[in-house]
Amino acid sequence: MADYKPNEMMTVAAARALKNDDVCFVGIGQPSAACNLARLTHAPEITLIYESGTLVTKPNILPLSIGDGELCETALTTVSVPEMFRYWLQGGRIKIGFLGGAQIDKYANLNTTVVGPYDKPKVRLPGGGGAPEIATSCGEIFIIMTQGKRSFVDKLDFVTSIGHVSGGDSRAKLGVTTKGPSKLITDLALFEPDPETKEMTVVSIHPGVTREQIKENSGWPIKFASKVAETPPPTPRELEVLRDLHARTNQAHAEAA
Amino acid sequence: MARISSLAEAIKSAVRDSDTVALEGFTHLIPHAAGHEIIRQGRKRLTLIRMTPDLIYDQLIGMGCVAKLVFSWGGNPGVGSLHRLRDAIENGWPHKLELEEHSHAAMANAYEAGAAGLPCAIFRGYIGGDLPKVNANIKRVKCPFTGEELAAVPAHRPDVAVIHAQRADKAGNVMIEGVLGVQKEAVLASKRSVVTVEEIVDQLPKRSLNAVVLPHWTVGHVVEVPGGAFPSYAQGYYPRNNNFYKEWDAISRERDSFLAWMKENVLAKGPEAFAIYARKHRIAAE
Repeated sequence: MADYKPNEMMTVAAARALKNDDVCFVGIGQPSAACNLARLTHAPEITLIYESGTLVTKPNILPLSIGDGELCETALTTVSVPEMFRYWLQGGRIKIGFLGGAQIDKYANLNTTVVGPYDKPKVRLPGGGGAPEIATSCGEIFIIMTQGKRSFVDKLDFVTSIGHVSGGDSRAKLGVTTKGPSKLITDLALFEPDPETKEMTVVSIHPGVTREQIKENSGWPIKFASKVAETPPPTPRELEVLRDLHARTNQAHAEAA
Repeated sequence: MARISSLAEAIKSAVRDSDTVALEGFTHLIPHAAGHEIIRQGRKRLTLIRMTPDLIYDQLIGMGCVAKLVFSWGGNPGVGSLHRLRDAIENGWPHKLELEEHSHAAMANAYEAGAAGLPCAIFRGYIGGDLPKVNANIKRVKCPFTGEELAAVPAHRPDVAVIHAQRADKAGNVMIEGVLGVQKEAVLASKRSVVTVEEIVDQLPKRSLNAVVLPHWTVGHVVEVPGGAFPSYAQGYYPRNNNFYKEWDAISRERDSFLAWMKENVLAKGPEAFAIYARKHRIAAE
């Protein structure tokens, strides 16, 4: 029995996808944990940017919200939100956008808007925030999401931000020149788009996870690449740094009360 | 021209029923005390604009002040849903809420266009998704030079902007530091404005040559409300109270517990109730 949780494997696998020279637009929650784990382990010089305007930020604890003081105090500089979206995101200065979502389909289109019809939603979700333009303006997109039948769906209730649209060259046909989702990291596996169809395809399975589990936790029939690797388990150092980061964060949030 | 007044006077004079109001703040400097005053004065049928409606919009919506919301992300950051916003959308309580939903890029561009006196904002966005299908205010225009198809949305031109800042001087020049959000743009895009500040000082402190300052002739009412951003934060004054954001989840989940909290903490109180949050941290820091 492994001494780590599936959620920790997911964060570690996502962190490993990031490199020291990456410039990354970070969403709150899981993406933020993964990006900061990368910074505190193998990618100390990674550039992290949060949509609140904080450029090159090095938080010591994870922010609860996208504009926490911790992000501003540890940033190289902080710009206004219009500048963030115009010069930095739209201007093409960001290599990787790191997103999560409530629903995803096999082409990595995302829904963070509604479950059910838009006008009479079963569940009203927070909405797109920065995602619609992050999805098309960043060089490429990494997505981190826990797998399940309700989140990995055959058809999205609402397309908040596009991935590979309907597969093949459909994204490029819309006039979008960026790569779109190049990695999808879940608690069970790592997916990459098939070079032709662009369907998100399993390329690596986390230790102890079966193909059956991956299929059971998806609303579409999962495809596996011809060569599937096993994800190396988290190293003791990765786990130690991640757990320290969460412990520091929880303590800081409790102290501020 | 800036006028220093009480919060009750400022809201009474600047915010009217059926107005379009932007109470802005991006995690930082959210004008909670001013929002509470709007609730206490019982404003109705407001159209509220905000990139990231959070707790104070949840409160305004739950108390029946709001007819329409123009927004791009409505949640309790890092915690979950805004239950009063969801109850209004999903069940029409306390009454139906009209939505005009955008992306952050669109909202930020719309404020900037408003501040620049333009009728619309143009940017590269809204490609391929469903938001243009549910929002008739998202259009496409062709660049006259390159032929590129771009997104266009109307500029934000609120009747009133309401923001919180760290300091103003006695003339009403307002200085903002830290995460800036869209507050400068919101004030410059609006016909009227109310700015609450942590303190009104004789002279603004020594600052960077490029400090963000709203000059007095661009600002309407300036009101000293120490702690007025709580449970949001004021950089250099007090931190964000993340625990309160977590507690709000339980307070706001049911209509009864929400109304009881509002009665005790908003309707029965005034802006001076916020001072304790500023004081607590200043004392702790000494």
